[in-house]
Amino acid sequence: MKLFKLRGGVHPIGRKELSAERPIRALPMPERLFVPLQQHVGAAATAIVAVGDKVLKGQLIASGQGPISAPVHAPTSGRIVALGDYPAPHPSGLPVPTLTLEADGEDRWQAADIPDDPFALAPEDIAARVAAAGIVGLGGAAFPSAVKLNISRKSGVDTLIVNGGECEPYLTCDDRLMCERAEGVVAGIRLIHRAVGSRQVLVGIEDNKPAAIAAMRAAALGTDIQVVAVPAMYPMGWDKQLTRALIGKEVPAGGRSADIGVLVHNVATAYAVYEAIALGRPLVSRIVTVSGGAVKEPCNLEVPIGTPAQALFDHCGGFGKMPARLVMGGPMMGHEMPITGIPIVKGTSGVLALTPAEIGQPEPAPCIRCSSCVRACPVGLLPLEMAARIRVGDLADAVDIGLKDCIACGSCSYVCPAHIPLVHYFNHAKGELTAKEKAKLKQEATKKLATERTARMERIAREREEAAARRRAAKEAAEAAKKMTGATA
Amino acid sequence: MSQAVHAPHAHAITSVGRIMATVILALVPATLYGFWLYGWPAVFLWAVALATALLAEAVALRLQGRPARPALFDGSALLTAWLLALSLPPFAPWWIAALGSLFAIAIVKHVFGGLGQNVFNPAMAARVMLLISFPVEMTLWTATMPPAPGFAEALAITFGGASWDAMTSASLLGHAKTELTRGVDLLHSLPGHYALQDGLAGSRVGSLGETASLLLLAGGIFLIARRIFTWHAPVAMLLGVAVPALIANWANPAHFLGPLPHLLSGGLMLGAFFIATDPVTSPNTAAGQFLFGLGCGLLTWAIRSFGGYPEGVAFAVMLMNAATPVIDRYMKPRIYGRDRKGGALPAEQEART
Ligand code: SF4
Ligand code: SF4
Repeated sequence: MKLFKLRGGVHPIGRKELSAERPIRALPMPERLFVPLQQHVGAAATAIVAVGDKVLKGQLIASGQGPISAPVHAPTSGRIVALGDYPAPHPSGLPVPTLTLEADGEDRWQAADIPDDPFALAPEDIAARVAAAGIVGLGGAAFPSAVKLNISRKSGVDTLIVNGGECEPYLTCDDRLMCERAEGVVAGIRLIHRAVGSRQVLVGIEDNKPAAIAAMRAAALGTDIQVVAVPAMYPMGWDKQLTRALIGKEVPAGGRSADIGVLVHNVATAYAVYEAIALGRPLVSRIVTVSGGAVKEPCNLEVPIGTPAQALFDHCGGFGKMPARLVMGGPMMGHEMPITGIPIVKGTSGVLALTPAEIGQPEPAPCIRCSSCVRACPVGLLPLEMAARIRVGDLADAVDIGLKDCIACGSCSYVCPAHIPLVHYFNHAKGELTAKEKAKLKQEATKKLATERTARMERIAREREEAAARRRAAKEAAEAAKKMTGATA
Repeated sequence: MSQAVHAPHAHAITSVGRIMATVILALVPATLYGFWLYGWPAVFLWAVALATALLAEAVALRLQGRPARPALFDGSALLTAWLLALSLPPFAPWWIAALGSLFAIAIVKHVFGGLGQNVFNPAMAARVMLLISFPVEMTLWTATMPPAPGFAEALAITFGGASWDAMTSASLLGHAKTELTRGVDLLHSLPGHYALQDGLAGSRVGSLGETASLLLLAGGIFLIARRIFTWHAPVAMLLGVAVPALIANWANPAHFLGPLPHLLSGGLMLGAFFIATDPVTSPNTAAGQFLFGLGCGLLTWAIRSFGGYPEGVAFAVMLMNAATPVIDRYMKPRIYGRDRKGGALPAEQEART
């Protein structure tokens, strides 16, 4: 298939060889799981179990709230021992409401609801089951999948793109999944295909994963799924980049893939859809790559949601070297883990323990305007110019030249020879903008309240005045009447 | 801004120092060739230029209260001085090199705010300053004739102000210009002065390191291969000189030099691959760099052909340096999902049947 020309992108050192040949193994069930109520984009789920309740594996323990949300299920059978705040896998590391589940060691599933023929289900039914299974984008975005399915079903989809890019260095979980469970992935893709009724289905896989491509092609034989090798580059796994590579169209700024008739789902999400519908298993575990130069035996593990990251490192033989940094996700866009007690959530694709040499973040030097960052940016921005404006506090100007279009992919920072933390600037500035906008909204609200209050006070004063005037008038009238009667009397 | 830990948690193996070192490496062959051609005076001049630049950089940083160490080792001052040295007449007195380096680093670079902030290419600005202030010393070209002067003689030339009897020759461009102003056209003045193979081999009259055009070309190609810069600016600059030269020469061979002598003469190769590609003073998009290079080339040709100076690279580059902010303003890349003007692309969702 003919591919379309891309712009920007970098070729970071892959380091995938550390774990690429390691088959997926199941992590032994930890004693305690810490299951956050918010593992997705949108509103947090609400716990529907109480401390002390016994639950079965796959049982609903928190239900989704509002139009964009996802429910949460028990990752194993056991007892709820706490509902409280626990450090979240979030850059702030702030505690979030979390259910603590003590495993009973039996790992007993609840009774599954399995349709006779999953491929005969109505599209709405598929979407409903995906929603009920708590499936979110497993590529890292963690957007509730059913919401995407429903939008797309209504607006119509021309092309379903399945993202097997996995462009982040180190990560191999999708690669292994496609190699080992291609049948399941393909079944999931066919279910999504049925749910949205797209004209064509394309699976984009980076050409540095030949085994995955072969396995997926074999599994897709006889279906109308087309497996396409795309060049390995970062960020190929960015949905919009993959879309451009495969069909040559760009998602309009501020719009959605649906605007150009495209729906993108990750391969792991497709597999989760298969498990949810064909096996009746909600999303309670995921495959995680444990890697980095400091990890003794890097590998790919199937991990129950809520497992503390420490358990994964322990299972991989612990640290061979002192790690300089622990990262959740990939090295390009992942977040630092302040502590290893942080739980694995639905969107966690990897946990990394990196050595100082791997991080390589020396002191920043002055920008030499080498334009490496301009060439690297997949969005077509001028990172050096944005950074220069942010440095002098000119956020409005930075927005004018595209700050809000930045996807924080980190390509610019990665290549900068002056080691300027460009993305850091951008994220910081975006945070400040959001804060400003919030403050402005708040200020406007306060102002509105104040004007309303003044108006109200004025009205009350006026009314009082009028009442007083009325009373005076009445009194005068009465007195006049009295006088009159007095006079007549 | 907090310097907290931030993504990406990985970094390409690159640094400003590495880039500068690679560029210097690409200059080494042409430089060594210049040393061999002109002998010790060239070495002395080069050494004076480099030493002065480092000193000036250290003092400038000290005065601004900035740490001198990292900047001294990033190689940028060395590279500036190196480029300046290559563009000097090899038998110029030592103070020409010292003054040039001092001007390049202290004034052109640091008065504008230091590395990355200067508008003009320091080496070219220094060269122009020297050319205007000391026209005699800056146009004393030497006929190249190994064996070069011996060590003692060289000391006398560079530091003692002694003259060297070969210092009478004129460069090709200078010769053509002088003769033209005397009313002798090129058809008569060129034969006997110019042989193509001299231009190719670099054994012709000229600056310390500019004459070895082919070595500079090779260095430039090496840097493109190492992705230090892209082809846009250099190729455009060469085209900017060659195309008008071809046309003018075809129209009036008695008045205009052809493309080959232009390409192989003066500072063009050095300018195209090592000056027009200076990241700091050139635009930051590929299209902008092409336009920049083209402008440098056209201006170079125009100054050489119509101006008062025989060589125009330095002037041309400085003029285009001044135009760089304007080019950068108007030649921005298109942002994903937007049209050239920055508006969102239209949604094109066709209704399905
Ligand atoms: S990559 Fe770094 S040094 Fe180069 S232009 Fe961009 S910000 Fe400046
Ligand atoms: S982080 Fe933003 S500016 Fe930098 S390369 Fe990615 S999209 Fe471009």
